[in-house]
Amino acid sequence: MFSRAYKTVVTLPPLVWVTVFLFLPYLLMFCYSFWSVSPSQTIVHSWNLDNYKELIQKTVYWQTLLRSMWIAARVMIFSLLLGYPLAYFLSFYAGKRKDLLYQLVIIPLWVSYLVRAYAWKTILGSDGVFNTLLQYAHLTKHPLDFLLYSPFAVVLTLTHIYTPFTFLPIYAALEHIPRNLVEASQDLGATPAQTFWKVIFPLSIPGVLAGATFAFVLSLGDFLAPLLLGGPSGIMISNIVVSLFGAAYNWPLGAAISLAMLVIVVSLLVFSERLEKKWSFS
Amino acid sequence: MELLVSGGMTTSGAPRSRSLLLHAAAVFAFLYLPIVVLVIYSFNGQGVGGFPPRNLTLDWYRILFADIPIWDSVLNSLQVALVAMLIALAFGIPAALALDRAQFPGKPLFRRLVLLPLILPGIITGLSLLMLFNLANVKLSLLTITLGHGTALISVATTEVFAGLQKLDRAQEEASLDLGANYWQTFWAITVPNLKLPIIGAALLIFTLSMDEIAVSFFLIGRDNTLPLEIWGRLRRGITPEINAISTVIFMFSMVTIVLWYRLRMRAESSVAVGEELAEHGKEQI
Repeated sequence: MFSRAYKTVVTLPPLVWVTVFLFLPYLLMFCYSFWSVSPSQTIVHSWNLDNYKELIQKTVYWQTLLRSMWIAARVMIFSLLLGYPLAYFLSFYAGKRKDLLYQLVIIPLWVSYLVRAYAWKTILGSDGVFNTLLQYAHLTKHPLDFLLYSPFAVVLTLTHIYTPFTFLPIYAALEHIPRNLVEASQDLGATPAQTFWKVIFPLSIPGVLAGATFAFVLSLGDFLAPLLLGGPSGIMISNIVVSLFGAAYNWPLGAAISLAMLVIVVSLLVFSERLEKKWSFS
Repeated sequence: MELLVSGGMTTSGAPRSRSLLLHAAAVFAFLYLPIVVLVIYSFNGQGVGGFPPRNLTLDWYRILFADIPIWDSVLNSLQVALVAMLIALAFGIPAALALDRAQFPGKPLFRRLVLLPLILPGIITGLSLLMLFNLANVKLSLLTITLGHGTALISVATTEVFAGLQKLDRAQEEASLDLGANYWQTFWAITVPNLKLPIIGAALLIFTLSMDEIAVSFFLIGRDNTLPLEIWGRLRRGITPEINAISTVIFMFSMVTIVLWYRLRMRAESSVAVGEELAEHGKEQI
């Protein structure tokens, strides 16, 4: 029903824009990762694998990459542990207050990312809320200084930020479960635990996968929370990339690390998409 | 709800639902603790730390309202968000139409590419755009930030509008075309009004996401700061309750936006419901 002209008019402008402002830049990053920097600080356009060699040989790079993945994995696990039971409670037990509670989960998303990270800094700092509260209650004499400027602070803050993101797809998946399946399971004599593990949980797996991927990928690439709350031990891979693009001025190496990150992220997305297809019944 | 009523669940389900309730309460406390702290300490005379808050004061707000660089950055952010929103809609809506209605070579790649910035860490999109602008010798400014936001947020416009298109009844568009309207007229008279809700929703979402965006802006910043980057710069220099004050103001502003949006949505939904009821009623009459 739509003419060729119509299709061309709706296709061409976004196609051109996306090619120039997304495809070309990603391609450029790919190219940069094979170039190098001369001693006089100019980019040499000769193709080689030196950046990737350096990435593998220098322990600091892949160790930081592994540490970032470990931080992201913890954020993912904690977000799931907080988000899943919450979604389950809202979907199956909240009754009339369901919509209100749903809104309450969304609202923190509207508070600036930066501001929430900063609020955790006021809470965890040595003269912050938590430490003064502990001293006030005579639970400790000296402020606990391991709270701030540590991987712990980064994991806590990122978990706080990504829990609602993890909650959303899980809640959507739970809401889509036909309630008569649950009733059937009960009528046929399954215990509540059996009903949960054999009916509800398997049907919610696509939501869990989407939420988990979201939490992992977005925290893997974060560089602001580590800068603000991480301290030297909380440095993540993106912080190294930022410094390579800034003061250290080695764009090609920075591009190579970014590309490594991109490969991890995209393969994870593809993997979770495959799993999701396997687990979705509809 | 039915679960609570049905017999098997109430006996063994009660302690389970109670522990779920406790867990939910704990998660809500965790989600809201920083926000509560933020708001309370914006009134704290003692600065950012200490417990309990002492000497409640409005000084931080007074300082904030006299702080010209902050308000300049707010204006910059509003400009960026507005233009980015227009860019994202101008390309995101046709992209959704193309994905829904056209077949062209590379369509799967195009879909993935459009949606990629939504799930990719902002640093990757920001850096690759930085390389592009550097190569093209474009000086970094608010314009480059706007282009970055606009491009990254096409994904939001496309997903929202595409979801709306899936629910759209094509018969109306067909009728309009059969009755002699051209595509342009049909688009404005039928397609857009039917997609009003997803488009407004996308616009509001894009606007707020752009106002808060920092990872992409971080690499594309020129001389003028956006609000998040201005806040970032001050956080690096040390923390002051003035940041709490501006955050509280932004939070209140976002809350008003959400409430307005839901009002709008409720009204639209209830008018649809009313319309359906009238239609049912009409059928009965006939």
